[in-house]
Amino acid sequence: MKLKSVLFAAAAGATLLATLAAPPAAAQAKEQFFPVLPYRTGAYAPNGVPWANGYVDYLKLINARDGGINGVKITFEECDTGYATDRGVECYERLKGKASGEIFQPLSTGITFALTSKAPSDKNVLITSGYGLSESSDGLVFKWNFPMLGTYWSGADIIMQHITKKEGGSLKGKKIALVYHDSPYGKEPIPLLQQRAKLQGYDLTLLPVAAPGVEQKATWLQIRQLRPDYVLLWGWGVMNSAAIKEAVATGYPRERMYGVWWSAGEPDVKDVGDAAKGYNGLVAFGNQGRVIDDIKKYVHGKGQGTGPIEEVGQTLYMRGMTSAVLAVESVRRAQERYGKGKVMDGEQIRWGAENLALDDKKLAALGLTGIMKPLSTSCTDHEGSRSARIHTWDGKAWQVTSDWYAADEAIIKPMVKTAAAKYASEKNVTPRTPADCQS
Amino acid sequence: MLYRENGQFKTSYRADQQIFPILQDRLAILALAAITLVGVPLFASDYLFRAILIPFAILALAALGLNILVGYCGQISLGTGAFMAVGAYAAYNFVVRVPGMPLLAALLLGGLCATAIGVAFGIPSLRIRGLYLAVATLAAQFFVEWAFLRIKWLTNDSTSGSVTVGALSVFGIPLDTPASRYLLCMALLVLFALLAKNLVRGHIGREWMAIRDMDVAAAVIGIRPVYAKLTAFAISSFIVGVAGALWAFVHLGSWEPAAFGIERSFQLLFMIIIGGLGSIMGSFLGAAFITIVPIVLNRTLPLFGNAFGVHVDTALVSHFESMLFGALIVFFLIVEPHGLARLWSTAKEKLRLWPFPH
Repeated sequence: MKLKSVLFAAAAGATLLATLAAPPAAAQAKEQFFPVLPYRTGAYAPNGVPWANGYVDYLKLINARDGGINGVKITFEECDTGYATDRGVECYERLKGKASGEIFQPLSTGITFALTSKAPSDKNVLITSGYGLSESSDGLVFKWNFPMLGTYWSGADIIMQHITKKEGGSLKGKKIALVYHDSPYGKEPIPLLQQRAKLQGYDLTLLPVAAPGVEQKATWLQIRQLRPDYVLLWGWGVMNSAAIKEAVATGYPRERMYGVWWSAGEPDVKDVGDAAKGYNGLVAFGNQGRVIDDIKKYVHGKGQGTGPIEEVGQTLYMRGMTSAVLAVESVRRAQERYGKGKVMDGEQIRWGAENLALDDKKLAALGLTGIMKPLSTSCTDHEGSRSARIHTWDGKAWQVTSDWYAADEAIIKPMVKTAAAKYASEKNVTPRTPADCQS
Repeated sequence: MLYRENGQFKTSYRADQQIFPILQDRLAILALAAITLVGVPLFASDYLFRAILIPFAILALAALGLNILVGYCGQISLGTGAFMAVGAYAAYNFVVRVPGMPLLAALLLGGLCATAIGVAFGIPSLRIRGLYLAVATLAAQFFVEWAFLRIKWLTNDSTSGSVTVGALSVFGIPLDTPASRYLLCMALLVLFALLAKNLVRGHIGREWMAIRDMDVAAAVIGIRPVYAKLTAFAISSFIVGVAGALWAFVHLGSWEPAAFGIERSFQLLFMIIIGGLGSIMGSFLGAAFITIVPIVLNRTLPLFGNAFGVHVDTALVSHFESMLFGALIVFFLIVEPHGLARLWSTAKEKLRLWPFPH
């Protein structure tokens, strides 16, 4: 009799629906919930995993070492996005109900775009450290977005400053090529590079690479013909190592290649090894400090480490860890105003993120001296700090080879203003007034 | 016993030809409509709307469109993502460039643009068949992705190729709650499903099916292949285009061409293959299977692990989800190669005889 199986199927379907519809557990008292949207699977997993491990390790450290944020325990839950926008949106919807107001860090420009329109109405803070929309550093238009510690415009600006310095101050007539991931992520630096090309008089050639970026033969053939003085690399995941391998194959000097911070991690050069020697990239963090030892001691030492211990201190791990620092410190700052030892809601966390003031003293107290540059955000500037250094691969490890640079605000500020105004008019967003900044 | 048409006599052709000739079916459909349009909005949570029901409704619409082309007319297409993208970006351009453009008009105009592109890329179908046609429609996919990444005018000179839409409203009613967005998607889905059902029951649908089953024989009995194939392409890409515009406007809000990549085309093709080729019902079942099952697996595995006191980490969940999902696809295709829709109709057949099968 089929009826049994029909009934069974109906019952199974009902259970499934029930699991989906189950109301999210309300946040318990004295626990601050942190959603984590990593990608530990998919094409970009090799780069996504260290980031996620750093993020989670730091959250664990705060619980293990300090007993939470002023006594408020941290809870977190991961939801794997696989770097896919629709899955990221589903994860966001799934985790947003776990607490009233959360900090989301999707580590994907595509997901950031999709969440930018959803976060304000849900009162969730979006911290995009080192990625996302460059114009979202304008807090007057993007009230809930925080591209802290550098946007792509800042990154591109710093690379160009470094190259200018190397060339003795003038880039007139030089040829610069940008090899980029053909997605919003890869296209973000283009307006800034074009603006600088106008000011400095270099030729900019744009060479898109279709995602995921395994196939770059044609691109590097063009580079061979063009012989640019410098190649900037804006890749992610497998595209980076593929680009370096192609550079080796075409004989383009690695010393003249500069990657953004997403193109200059260990997974990108590890497989290429010695051949990648001389390749440069941006790095926004140091990798030695007390917090590293603490993670090794309190998290890995207790068998609680998320990934392998060798990973602690690597470039992408540090990016993930500092992203978690920003999230935790936003909550801590909010507590200073709204009550220490209390659970913060969305509006309060947003205030905390907007009034972050991590000076040298605070960084030292957190064990972050030598790792992060001081950062202070405000209502008009959600970026906080726009500094980075250049590091170079010596065949075995990344070595820092330059001083800190700060991005040139004289160039970036007007561009941010124009782009943010355009966004505001397209989206019918009314920019905040100074009065609103006080709240 | 319950599901039996004995005693339901038809006294007119009209009654005999209706979509659901059996009274119980009509009641079930009315109940279903009442549940989806009234019951669900009352009880569903935000998460259910935004992460499950809205994506399901939109992808079911796209699958419906694709099923007309592949399931009914037999023209394999891998360009569905492209037609969705055309619908989405065309609707976006209408909204941005024409002041005061109403949302519904923009959606339909987006669909019309997708129709034009669909017909253009359908022309090769007059000469090539089967898998070769699939490869030809792949060209649409690559061309469209290229166009939206490269031609700045199409994305309103956005710096990064991603575009975004503001607040939506229909007839002056703002679509700011998930429930209202869901209702819009569902209303369009019901409307297009009715339209599609009537088309495939009518002479044009019969032409499509004749072409699908044997195009030479169809031509011999007087069906024009050009007309039949191109109308299938046109109507299919219109529906797919509207679905694309909905996906962009209602579901994502801001998007980039990657949202309509080749994976989307494959996903939709798998939906109709698993759901049932040449079946309206199959489009719904397939869309439900492909969109909902992975999420359910992803959510239940950790619960399952916790029940046994095992901590399941995120990567394991994702890998396991893919494995289990793959196994389910293979299982269903072995059990019923004609898709979930056939399982459904078998179940109905059995139900008719219940509880006294011969």
